[in-house]
Amino acid sequence: MTAITRDQVAHLAALAHIEMDETELESMSSELDGIVGAVQSVSAAPIDDVPPTSHPLPLSNAFREDVVGETLTNDEALNNAPDAEDGQFKVPAILDED
Amino acid sequence: MTTNQNALITLSASEAAEGLRNGDFTSEQLTQAHLDRIETTEGTAVDAEDRSLGKTGLNAFLHVNAEQALDDARQVDADRAAGKQLPPLAGVPIAVKDLIVTTGQPTTAASRMLEGWMSPYDATVVQKIREARLPILGKTNLDEFAMGSSTEHSAFGCTRNPWDLDRIPGGSGGGSAAAVSAFQAPLALGTDTGGSIRQPASVTGSVGVKPTYGSVSRYGVIAMASSLDQVGPVTRTVRDAAALHEVIGGYDARDSTSINEPAGPYLAEAEKGATEGGLKGLKIGVVKELTGDGFQSGVSQRFQESLELLRAAGAEIVEVSTPHFDHALGAYYLIMASEVSSNLAKYDGVRFGLRKLPEEGPVTIERVMSATRAAGFGPEAKRRIILGTYALSAGYYDAYYGSAQKVRTLVQRDFTNAFEQVDVLVSPTSPTTAFKLGEKTDDPVSMYLNDIATIPTNLAGVPAISVPAGLAPENGLPVGVQFMAPVKEDARLYRVGAGLEAALQQQWGGGLLDQLPDTESLIAARTQGSAK
Repeated sequence: MTAITRDQVAHLAALAHIEMDETELESMSSELDGIVGAVQSVSAAPIDDVPPTSHPLPLSNAFREDVVGETLTNDEALNNAPDAEDGQFKVPAILDED
Repeated sequence: MTTNQNALITLSASEAAEGLRNGDFTSEQLTQAHLDRIETTEGTAVDAEDRSLGKTGLNAFLHVNAEQALDDARQVDADRAAGKQLPPLAGVPIAVKDLIVTTGQPTTAASRMLEGWMSPYDATVVQKIREARLPILGKTNLDEFAMGSSTEHSAFGCTRNPWDLDRIPGGSGGGSAAAVSAFQAPLALGTDTGGSIRQPASVTGSVGVKPTYGSVSRYGVIAMASSLDQVGPVTRTVRDAAALHEVIGGYDARDSTSINEPAGPYLAEAEKGATEGGLKGLKIGVVKELTGDGFQSGVSQRFQESLELLRAAGAEIVEVSTPHFDHALGAYYLIMASEVSSNLAKYDGVRFGLRKLPEEGPVTIERVMSATRAAGFGPEAKRRIILGTYALSAGYYDAYYGSAQKVRTLVQRDFTNAFEQVDVLVSPTSPTTAFKLGEKTDDPVSMYLNDIATIPTNLAGVPAISVPAGLAPENGLPVGVQFMAPVKEDARLYRVGAGLEAALQQQWGGGLLDQLPDTESLIAARTQGSAK
């Protein structure tokens, strides 16, 4: 069922926003192929008619009271920012220039 | 022969707390003794320019918080001298895994992505240990973002196992386990997503507990896989683990998965288990699927001896089958990786952490993100993000993530059925003793197999403890035994764990770590050896 190709990894890396060079794409595709081969037995488990579990506890949404609490100040929030200006995070252009 | 014996650093946390109460020594002296030990066993940077090469010694710490720890210790001493009422463990120092955020010192998750990042807030568990007045010695090493079973995936060099410096200390929490077993700290905090507290405890001869999911707050714990992550104690005795669990456990409104019930009592259960006949009436199930083939012979041998001791202490031992555990490893790696790919999306070079500009071409935000994530994440983090992205992508979702979630249900049912027959389950913690550094770094699948006995509990949310069971005869390295209990029955772990510990220590005439080779001599020998 598997055989993860270099092109598939390139597509996944683009989705995950991780730049990869040719060497990395090659090694990642063979590693991923091995890993997927080792984990795909899950679909062979007797899972027909078994409901999925997404979480270990039977919890429903937990909401706190809607009251104002302590929050970070603007300075604290920007303290670790790679770049900031006028009390805001500063990022490179959202769109290509062309 | 030199040994690790030093009056202050070899005390358990409970003994140290008693010494402080009796005025035998001060918290400042106790804290200083541990800082001195850190100084003599950490080693020096292999290359001052390149942190990724680690240190010549244990490299258990990514940051040592000496000044603040001593200030806090002196404050405890002053309050004690003034006759103030203090919490039970006040003045006993602790180390914190660097996945847990702290104010006043850096938090890196052992990733270049967060190098130099300073958290603007404390995790709830950190707030709790501050309220309990435990001086924080520093932040311990781990696999990057807690992804690994050997600490070799740290961006700042691997941690070494104090039993043999050329071997892994386990992972992801190898730093906390090495620090505690090598007497750098009497207590530490770890996190456990698939065994990251228990497997390191097993291979270093220390005690590690993964509490019931939701019973210890995850607020301020850098998320790896949110439905599996849990914070827990790393200690040298079961009693100390119980005492620390009482400090960190309990409801937290800031964690939406927190169980709204009080935690404990655990210490009383540990004391009960350690007394004569303390295990009478307890029914223990040996997990059939987690014994035999695939387990190293010395691991199986120590495990069987532990079963005999438990029987002698009054417990009834039966075999229990959990047929779907065979599929648990696959389900775990798919679910964990899927959650990882989502949780690690926030490291995009915008609000905090690393920002790297592309080396050529236009500087757009998307290209900056891709360059940042390429430079900031190590190979294992990238593998898991890509695997998770794959498992969640259209066309593969049902076969992978969907199937894994159904297997999770089967694993939960296996536990439910098993706990209808017995009070606790038992297995070896890890299939092997500590392996050599570098032995499995090129083979991710064989690395993943280390977690085979620890991951079922994370999938089901049930609590588990690893207790030292002796040394494997073939290589003299520590073996751990794991107990598992039903959800919210963590107290049973302390009772049975303390019972086994008491029986083993009677046999050994002391703790397993009394047999630890002298760390300073090992480091000196190794440094000289490599200099030749």
